[in-house]
Amino acid sequence: MSDLPLDPILIAGDRAVPTHEPWLEWIATVDHKRIGVMYLLTTLVFFVVGDCEALLMRYQLAWPGNTFLSPDAYNQVFTMHGTTMIFLVVVPLLLGLANYLTPLMIGARDMALPRLNAFSFWVFLFGGILLYCSFAAGHAPAAGWFSYAPLSEAGYSTRHGMDYWALALLGIGIGTIATAINLIVTIVNLRTDGMTIRRVPLFVWMVLVNSCLIIFALPALNAALVMLLVDRQLNAHFFTSLGGGSPVLWQHYFWSFGHPEVYIMVLPAFGIISEVIPVFSRKPIFGYGFVAASTVAIALLSVGVWAHHMFAVGLGHAWDYAFSASSLLIAVPTGVKVFNWIATMWGGAIRFTTSMLFAIAFLFTFTIGGLSGVQFATAPIDWQLTDTYYVVAHMHYVLFGGTLFAVMAGLYYWFPKITGRLLSEKRGKVHFWLMFIGFHLTFFVQHILGLDGMPRRVYTYPNLPGWARMNLISSIGAAVLALAVLVMVVNIALSLRSGALAGDNPWDAWTLEWATSSPPPEQNFESVPPVRSARPLWDLAHPEGGRA
Amino acid sequence: MPEETSRRQPTPVRYFYRTFAAVHLNVLNPASPQASDLLWLWDVCWWVCIAILTVVTAALLYIPFRFRRRDNREPPQIAGNKRLEIAWTVVPILLVTFLFVSSVLTARAVDRPVRREPDIVVIGHQWWWEVRYPASGVVTANEIHLPLDSDTLIAVESADVIHDFWVPRLGRKIDAIPGRSNNVWIRATAAGEFDGACAEYCGAQHAWMRFRVVAQPPAEYRTWLDGQSAVAAEPQTAEAKLGQTRFGQLTCVNCHDVRGFHSQKQFAPDLTHVASRKMLAAERLQNTPANLRDWLRQPNVLKPGCLMPNLKLSDDDLNSVAAYLETLQ
Repeated sequence: MSDLPLDPILIAGDRAVPTHEPWLEWIATVDHKRIGVMYLLTTLVFFVVGDCEALLMRYQLAWPGNTFLSPDAYNQVFTMHGTTMIFLVVVPLLLGLANYLTPLMIGARDMALPRLNAFSFWVFLFGGILLYCSFAAGHAPAAGWFSYAPLSEAGYSTRHGMDYWALALLGIGIGTIATAINLIVTIVNLRTDGMTIRRVPLFVWMVLVNSCLIIFALPALNAALVMLLVDRQLNAHFFTSLGGGSPVLWQHYFWSFGHPEVYIMVLPAFGIISEVIPVFSRKPIFGYGFVAASTVAIALLSVGVWAHHMFAVGLGHAWDYAFSASSLLIAVPTGVKVFNWIATMWGGAIRFTTSMLFAIAFLFTFTIGGLSGVQFATAPIDWQLTDTYYVVAHMHYVLFGGTLFAVMAGLYYWFPKITGRLLSEKRGKVHFWLMFIGFHLTFFVQHILGLDGMPRRVYTYPNLPGWARMNLISSIGAAVLALAVLVMVVNIALSLRSGALAGDNPWDAWTLEWATSSPPPEQNFESVPPVRSARPLWDLAHPEGGRA
Repeated sequence: MPEETSRRQPTPVRYFYRTFAAVHLNVLNPASPQASDLLWLWDVCWWVCIAILTVVTAALLYIPFRFRRRDNREPPQIAGNKRLEIAWTVVPILLVTFLFVSSVLTARAVDRPVRREPDIVVIGHQWWWEVRYPASGVVTANEIHLPLDSDTLIAVESADVIHDFWVPRLGRKIDAIPGRSNNVWIRATAAGEFDGACAEYCGAQHAWMRFRVVAQPPAEYRTWLDGQSAVAAEPQTAEAKLGQTRFGQLTCVNCHDVRGFHSQKQFAPDLTHVASRKMLAAERLQNTPANLRDWLRQPNVLKPGCLMPNLKLSDDDLNSVAAYLETLQ
């Protein structure tokens, strides 16, 4: 035994992770940066897959009576598109960013619970793979991402796709909850000296609130998934009316998860915008307190608005009024944020980087999505327009024009920190304009289709006046969007190899992640600068004082 | 209150939408007081939203241009303004309060209390609509006739999964949920035919679960109802008689009712007066002799996933059964 080499941990001293083959190091890693990068790469792959599903749908709908996809195939594709984009792209994408950035932004060395962190990622990855195994098992789920009972019950979804769906989401849900706990523990306990809760970067603020929301919302879904599995496999009747259960019960469970989920998908995006806009306007955020507090208000309200997804169920006026009021109220803290971001730009010195362009585009498209959300919050308008293409437009304006544009802003902003190289601004501008134009081309006309009465989730439609033309416009927009995604992927690949070197702080930004090298060393910081305000690096550069 | 205001001329906004789509968009082209009330609220909300969007868009165009970076100096570091922030918190609160009051008024106008039995019971099935008139015993499918200018109460139910009953020009959506009965009031104020659709995803053929509402002057409606209450006429021609026999011998009759010939409340569309209907298979096809034969020959090609099996009828059977069905006026 004595001729064995010394344990590498002993040689490396304070380096906790032994060195292995590179791929083994990635698999065995508990480093939040590597886990964050794995999250981002995984979601990029699922994003491309989800995009392909969207393209299949838009090709099918490009003209009336198209027989490219059978109805059964179309229904699988739209179910997988929604499930993929929500559970395998947007949420883990934001969690991945939070994972990478939170310890860096609060001056910590890693997450509080690194092994739990690795566990969360792998559970998420295997959940995603399990979901896609349903294709191999013969039939993907086809009851929509919302899987309303009794359509999702064994009597109507006879094949195993639904079981894959429920099990996969159960796994992903467990991983998400674990990450949320980890983030809360990290933010509460591991902030560097001097970083009081009023000096935490707004991105971290939003991640903290978001994690609390996850802990509240996800268990409702997981409970419902278990009940659905029991119904399907053991012939229980939680959600079937014949055995004394209730299909409406599923909707209550699902949306009491599902609406907070909408904010889970948008709060970290608000955090990204709250970092990007100040840096590229060269001003501190306007009304730090209001932006942080309005996030808490959104989170609190968001757990009491779920039945606005159920206005057409016929719950009665009392329910409709109550949930209409709470849903309308949530527009207030959201509006406050938009005005605060705009006020941040006022009087600034604005740099039109690709990141900033995406942030400005976010403000525009998200406002449109928020306003159509106000329309849906008034129950009677919802009675007309729910389950039409108006909703498809609304929700893509919020999730694509909102969250995803914000993530794009974050991608161009933090890519140099993560990789050490800048993304090409030239290709970035092409990416931005293609995405902006493609997005509005695809989704604006869908408002009009909804007003004309086109229901959503249809594999084809009758050739009514104007429908063919508007659907074709939308499909052309989808092709432009696909081109934009291609440019993005090319930009990432080329810039990784030959992008300009970034240096520690290419944007002259103020939060702690820019105080270390790009990419940061394993222990994150050689030394953490003192924190005396929300902008420690500004303070370093302006030692003469003038707290801003 | 919303009722009077809603009858005004099209606003420029609606004009814009109509021009853009080159059609009178259904939701913006109401044919009932219920749909008019909903449109009134839509207009109110639209103006509020457009005002906010205009402010935001103007700011987003002006500010980046006006405050673009010109040199390397850092701008004044202003971190907030309590008064401004309180102002843009209070103004949205007032706006949403206004919208809430408007929506309560509209909801009360659209959803009147229900204190009697429904005039019509509509039952959603995977992928067609059963339409029953309890007072007269009429049963039909995918085509709902209504008397003009008369408050009609429709009960909406489901036989299997959740569906949703929606006629955009006549009023609100309402879900058809197994084990529940929902109600919706409709009062058609224009004669004509109105498109309807299932709006809740319900499986393979959700797209072809459409229907139409026919609003008729009361006398015409009465004639239609009388015609539909009669049992099916006996076929006269030899081919139709043969068709009737084959209809009974083949499995057609196991699912479809033809009152007067065979009736046991089955689960497929009632065919007693199928030839009087405009469309086949929940608006999938025009009801013409050629289309009817096509449908009998290959239902699963025209509507993949539908529950009507392909019976692989011989040409003789196909012709005689179709001839029989065409007599069911």
